[in-house]
Amino acid sequence: MTAAIRCTDLVKRYEGRPPVEAVRGLNLTVECGECFGLLGPNGAGKTTTIEILEGLSEPTAGDVEVLGMRWGRDDAAIKERIGISLQETRLSEKLQVDETLTLFRSFYRRGLEPDEVIRRVSLEEKATARVGKLSGGQRQRLAVACALVGDPDLLLLDEPTTGLDPQSRRQLWDLIRDLRAQGRTVLLTTHYMDEAERLCDRVAVVDHGKVIAQGTPRRLIAELGSEHVVEFTLEDPQRMAPLELADLPAVRSVRQDVDHFCLSVTELHVALPALLERLRQTGHRLAGLTTRHASLEDVFVTLTGRHLRDGEAQP
Amino acid sequence: MNRELPSTKVTKRYSPLGQLILARLREFYREPEAIFWVYGFPLLMVVALGIAFRNKPVEQMVVDVQQDAAAETQVRFVWEALSKDETFKVQINDPALCQRRLRTGKTALIVVPPSASGGAYAYIFDPTREEGRLAQSKVDDALQRAAGRVDPLPVRTQAVQEPGGRYIDFLVPGLLGMSLMGGGLWGVGFVIVDMRIRKMLKRFLATPMRKSDFLLGILFSRLLFMVPEIFVLLGFAWLAFGVVVQGSLLALVILILLGAATFAGIGLLVASRAKTLEAVSGLMNLVMLPMWVLSGIFFSSERFPVAMQPFIQALPLTPLNDALRAVMLEGTSLPQLWPQMAILAGWATGSFVFALRWFRWN
Repeated sequence: MTAAIRCTDLVKRYEGRPPVEAVRGLNLTVECGECFGLLGPNGAGKTTTIEILEGLSEPTAGDVEVLGMRWGRDDAAIKERIGISLQETRLSEKLQVDETLTLFRSFYRRGLEPDEVIRRVSLEEKATARVGKLSGGQRQRLAVACALVGDPDLLLLDEPTTGLDPQSRRQLWDLIRDLRAQGRTVLLTTHYMDEAERLCDRVAVVDHGKVIAQGTPRRLIAELGSEHVVEFTLEDPQRMAPLELADLPAVRSVRQDVDHFCLSVTELHVALPALLERLRQTGHRLAGLTTRHASLEDVFVTLTGRHLRDGEAQP
Repeated sequence: MNRELPSTKVTKRYSPLGQLILARLREFYREPEAIFWVYGFPLLMVVALGIAFRNKPVEQMVVDVQQDAAAETQVRFVWEALSKDETFKVQINDPALCQRRLRTGKTALIVVPPSASGGAYAYIFDPTREEGRLAQSKVDDALQRAAGRVDPLPVRTQAVQEPGGRYIDFLVPGLLGMSLMGGGLWGVGFVIVDMRIRKMLKRFLATPMRKSDFLLGILFSRLLFMVPEIFVLLGFAWLAFGVVVQGSLLALVILILLGAATFAGIGLLVASRAKTLEAVSGLMNLVMLPMWVLSGIFFSSERFPVAMQPFIQALPLTPLNDALRAVMLEGTSLPQLWPQMAILAGWATGSFVFALRWFRWN
């Protein structure tokens, strides 16, 4: 079975002074039927990559295969079988939900009935409402509905949940899970690691235009070698050097952020008593302490030394 | 896997071109402001200009005769000579009042009869005011004739009053051309740039939509909006001012379609790369301004120097206005208007070809 998406050594350079390389040798394989997440900070090259996959942008170099076909040769055939949502499309506010979907439906040779799509994205009550009257979450579901109306095999969704409230995000997650359950392949970009962990079968962590890790969320976290994270703050942090903790049992790494310490730990029940004992001996007092399971955020921080959210957009 | 089978059966029901036109029509009539600007504005223009340049009854000239007890006969001679002519509105006032009325513009001319018979009649007026000079010449003629002058040359004058020769008749085809230009540029250019900004063009590009369907949809919906626009303008001009079409209606319709297509093409060209509404507005004003001034909307383009004429004639609105006037006012048939139509067709073809070459979808 061919992969839904395969791209090899993808490069995208925007000419200018200076030229900007948004994607620098990106490799990616998305299997049919999986939900795949491109995870990375703003400016990592996620949108550039997905727009190349959508045929909206031409790669400077590299090889792209979508559903076993190629842009430039099978454009019409690819477009019939993919459905996309861009990061910000402002659909016509004066049109109704059903009218918008009928318009999009008319572009495809085969597809789903607009009513059916409206039901799928749970917008029945808003079917005859103008797009201008919809909430942010409803608009995003309409955007996904527009992607769905051509009954695509592959959906490419660029930041489908950015800017939504928690409830709307959950509704969208349910919708995307449904799509996958129907046997469609979904590729989405996100900079929310919880979204990628819950929604995606596999993720690729993208930074500076390259994939720096790829696999199931569980495996990526497991590869850290430490399942737990202990975070604590001290009443007087200046007096403590991080070196003093690295030798504790079951502690794999120590990081000091502005006001708190962060330990990656393999066995919590071993590390925690040792930590407390060490703090008592050195005369430090805890101001706060939490433990949690390691997340994709930790994977990103470990790989890049930066947090996902503060990865600033590159020009 | 629960793919629906019925989905494959309903292929024929959706026409992309039809849906694109329908979407444009809906966007348009759900925007009341747009309807005012497209339909109301040209109408207001006709009303305002029609009123400003309506055929006024010939205005009377106010002439004061200076009262002079010593020149009773001469005063009466002037009064009688001028009162016979409806052109004049004569008053006899004392010198001080006459002077004040002249200063304040209430009278155009003061006639001062001589105290002694055989003396000179004096005209007092402000030569910088046209009505003063006019009154002086008219009053002089009237008095000379009353005194017995015989004009050696027989003359005949004819005032133009009938429909076809009035300013409003000249104006309506010009306004028609102007609204075809404005409607085409704004209706196509603005809409496209707005869709580019909203990333709708990019979104459409990712569907199997044919680009030609999209552009034809914009063009056809523009032609559809134009129908009521033309009806309202011509209907109002006919009802309110009696402006009629002398030539064939079919010829007029063909010219209107050609004009609308030309300006839709230019609108497309202007919008082919613009990324902001400000940029496209500036470009459109740049394109329209010379034609507003030069192409004979409000006055004939022949008023401009001969050296400028080749340039003026090459602008698309000039041949359109000329051809519309020829059909509406003189009943000229289309084959006689081939040079104008050729220029329009050239603009239409050229703008579409270049617009499609330069057009940027994202």
